[in-house]
Amino acid sequence: MSSTDISINKDVHHAHEEHDHHHDQNFFEKYVFSLDHKVIAKQFLFMGIFWAFVGGFLSILFRLQLGWPEATFTFLEPILGGWIENGKLNPEFYLALVTMHGTIMVFFVLTAGLSGTFSNFLIPLQLGARDMASGFMNMLSFWIFFLSSVVMFISLFLETGPAAGGWTVYPPLSALPEAIQGSGDGMSMWLVAMALFIVSQLLGGVNYITTIINLRTRGMSMTKMPLTIWAFFLTAILGLLAFPVLFSAALLLIFDRSFGTSFFLSDIFIAGQALSNTGGSPILFQHLFWFLGHPEVYIVIMPAMGLVSEVIATNSRKPIFGYRAMIGSLIGISVLSFVVWAHHMFVTGMNPFLGSVFMFLTLIIAVPSAVKVFNWIATLWRGNIRFTTAMMYAIGFVSLFISGGLTGIILGNSALDIQLHDTYFVVAHFHLVMGAAAFFGMFCGVYHWFPKMFGRMLDEKLGFVHFWLTFISVYLVFMPMHYIGIAGFPRRYYNWTGFETFNIFTDMNTFISIAAILGFTAQFIFLFNFIYSIFKGRRATENPWHSNTLEWTTPVLPGHGNWPGPLPTVYRWPYDYSKPGAAEDYIPQTVPYSQTQSSNLPNERDFE
Amino acid sequence: MITIAIGLSIVLLLVILFLLFRIGTLSSIFRGSSERAAGTTKISNRVNGTLLLLFLILGGAAFAWSFADAWDEMNLPLGSVHGEWTDNLFWTTMIIIGIVFIITQVLLFLYSYKYQHQDDKRAYYYPHNNKLEIIWTMIPAVVMAVLVFGGWKTWTNITSAAPEDAVVVEVMGKQFNWMVRYPGADGKLGVAKHTLIDATNEMGVDFSDPNAMDDFMPREIHVPKGKPVLLKIRSRDVIHSVFMPHFRLKMDAVPGMPTKFWFVPTKTTNEMANETGNPDFKYELACTEICGRGHFAMRFIVVVDEPEDYEAWLADQTPFVEQNPQVLAKLSTKASKELVAEAHSEEKAEVVKTEL
Repeated sequence: MSSTDISINKDVHHAHEEHDHHHDQNFFEKYVFSLDHKVIAKQFLFMGIFWAFVGGFLSILFRLQLGWPEATFTFLEPILGGWIENGKLNPEFYLALVTMHGTIMVFFVLTAGLSGTFSNFLIPLQLGARDMASGFMNMLSFWIFFLSSVVMFISLFLETGPAAGGWTVYPPLSALPEAIQGSGDGMSMWLVAMALFIVSQLLGGVNYITTIINLRTRGMSMTKMPLTIWAFFLTAILGLLAFPVLFSAALLLIFDRSFGTSFFLSDIFIAGQALSNTGGSPILFQHLFWFLGHPEVYIVIMPAMGLVSEVIATNSRKPIFGYRAMIGSLIGISVLSFVVWAHHMFVTGMNPFLGSVFMFLTLIIAVPSAVKVFNWIATLWRGNIRFTTAMMYAIGFVSLFISGGLTGIILGNSALDIQLHDTYFVVAHFHLVMGAAAFFGMFCGVYHWFPKMFGRMLDEKLGFVHFWLTFISVYLVFMPMHYIGIAGFPRRYYNWTGFETFNIFTDMNTFISIAAILGFTAQFIFLFNFIYSIFKGRRATENPWHSNTLEWTTPVLPGHGNWPGPLPTVYRWPYDYSKPGAAEDYIPQTVPYSQTQSSNLPNERDFE
Repeated sequence: MITIAIGLSIVLLLVILFLLFRIGTLSSIFRGSSERAAGTTKISNRVNGTLLLLFLILGGAAFAWSFADAWDEMNLPLGSVHGEWTDNLFWTTMIIIGIVFIITQVLLFLYSYKYQHQDDKRAYYYPHNNKLEIIWTMIPAVVMAVLVFGGWKTWTNITSAAPEDAVVVEVMGKQFNWMVRYPGADGKLGVAKHTLIDATNEMGVDFSDPNAMDDFMPREIHVPKGKPVLLKIRSRDVIHSVFMPHFRLKMDAVPGMPTKFWFVPTKTTNEMANETGNPDFKYELACTEICGRGHFAMRFIVVVDEPEDYEAWLADQTPFVEQNPQVLAKLSTKASKELVAEAHSEEKAEVVKTEL
């Protein structure tokens, strides 16, 4: 069963490979403006991790305020400066923290950091391609993202603060600097950063789709692709169709802000004077925003689903249960994700009939999601499960996805949404189902593919400690939020002590904040493990997890071009684990049926 | 001094942790567990498997306990007719998803524990089963259909047109408080325009409209128990949202697009005070759409009266124009000015015409 010795002779190859390439590329070409998809993937990963710590830190700041609303925070003055006034956090800065936490986490970490990293890294490697269809566009995609990051990061340090109108930036609040300071320069920079971000996403997306359609190696038909690739493929399509709509919304908002148009503004009296804008509709912006915004949550979660499917199959040593149903449900989710956006708007005054339609469509999306969960559980059933850290995160992902997904059935019901809209119930729901779950998918991916990225293993023990602390604190943070949400506790409240209805939840909020701090602290274990293992981790073998997919047939550290010799040929689907009659409990995709006559199923005899 | 001591002890702690980590790594090399394929070592597998099972049991118990403990707090006292419908629907849905939650989580952790790696075992090659897959696609589909139907019926009832005789209250959101207006004896609200807003006339009511003459603007919302109440909601600056948690009521206040929500209160403030045992009980109105610095402080009081008390309160109110006669005075001067201006422009127009 154990096959650690397989790799020894190939290691030598790899040393050659690396050596060859040292000569023809200088430092900048190799590590900075690299066209190699693997380097670009790592660049996305590093940026993603950086942003995750920034976003996490912001959340700790506002959790301090929420957990201890009466406390004085003079000790934060060295970091926040003028935003601490007489020991109190500035209420507008609190809103800015919430806004930037959301923007950073949704777009910069879980979109760019997750799908940017793994789409880039895995698409060519798992398809058997030398690189992306256009390496140059790929590089451009990262550097435009980098530029966008710089703009967004600088906006954190503006004197008037970063954007503060919520990550959904609903106008008129986000359009009028008179309404809130953050809608001044901070909002302008937000819009510029997002416009750049969208350009980066489109460049990346076109590339992913083209690569998947055109650059599959010999024998790699669409139905022999690993589920990761299916997930990235559909994610890229969603992004390509949805992001331009956000772009148009951002553009119209820029016009309203700077050129006196009235797309979203109408009948407004603010700061002592009536504005001349008439005929605009703030609801129009919400339609445009959520037309992206809802597919966006699937853009975040689908790559995680793909990664988790792959890791669960590999470590259960079983084929993924219902491969075609898994693809079908991904397609179902993708299609439906475009027709459910208005469930974010049940109580905006939208026509109630529209509410009924969107409730119907929203609840349908529970069906493919449920199928996925059942199939993951069925894959575990009678497996021979290896608890690698990646596998722990995959199990954690499924658990969180169930917990968070089920409450979606409540929120998708327009009648129930009346009470729960914009309360902590919503916060708990989406943090579990797309926040924490997507993070778990990302960790799952990092722990699983780290050996292929850096040629070394992450420390498994530290990984387990990291997993358990994170998993427990995620539940400790978000479970109690359901309780206060059911009672109607509203989101984005700087302080709630003025309301008799809400001021009974002080203990619960303190508890949540403590759990959040614990969870954030645990991430430094990961950071240490990550950096330490890049340089000092145990050396990886070629295929440390005994996996079937193509990336594990490359050398330990694949060079530019991925495979030293000719591209591999694919003969079978990627999930031939524990096939009865086979010598090993895995048969890589590159093994022809003629070599596995003892294990071939009746319908596979023809391919021998 | 103290900060240095704290800093030093943190550094020391980190060093100790790092040493422990190194010792662990080295000992695993000596034990030979690093030679095995990842995830197949016995101890680590057993520890993680057991922890998963423990997480299921202890986590489940903690969840059940905390849920029961928070039960009273999360069930806000209910004061409206439609709230009963949505609360019932909510807890019915909760039971359904609760059952699914328990089944799936138990299977997930149990299978993970039960089927952990053993050297002499092999996984069961089981790629698909169409029958099974059709069954577990159909079941959620049917359950969803039932829930959609229940939700749709409730939603249509709640959002149906308000009865003709509903008490009308206009609620306007602004940064950062609420203002309300009652139509007065004629039952009609006067027209309002954002261009007419000034320091006195904060709701921008057009007092040249005769319907506005008896409109009054109280500091609390009063509504009669058992009668339908129609809230006409608008905003004058950014989006706000009217949220009355006890009535299970929420509707955004959108500038440029008036919205509405109607409900029937079922318990007076006094009855609620008796029921909750809190003599100071007050129905509250909160804002739930981020609207700026004071978003968290847009509190307004709603009072539910017995119908006769409500009538008495109504009779007590004085129209806005009586309280602030200057708005009418201003109106007359403004009107005459406008007339003059109009006359001027007419003259000009004639001049232009003749010139042409």
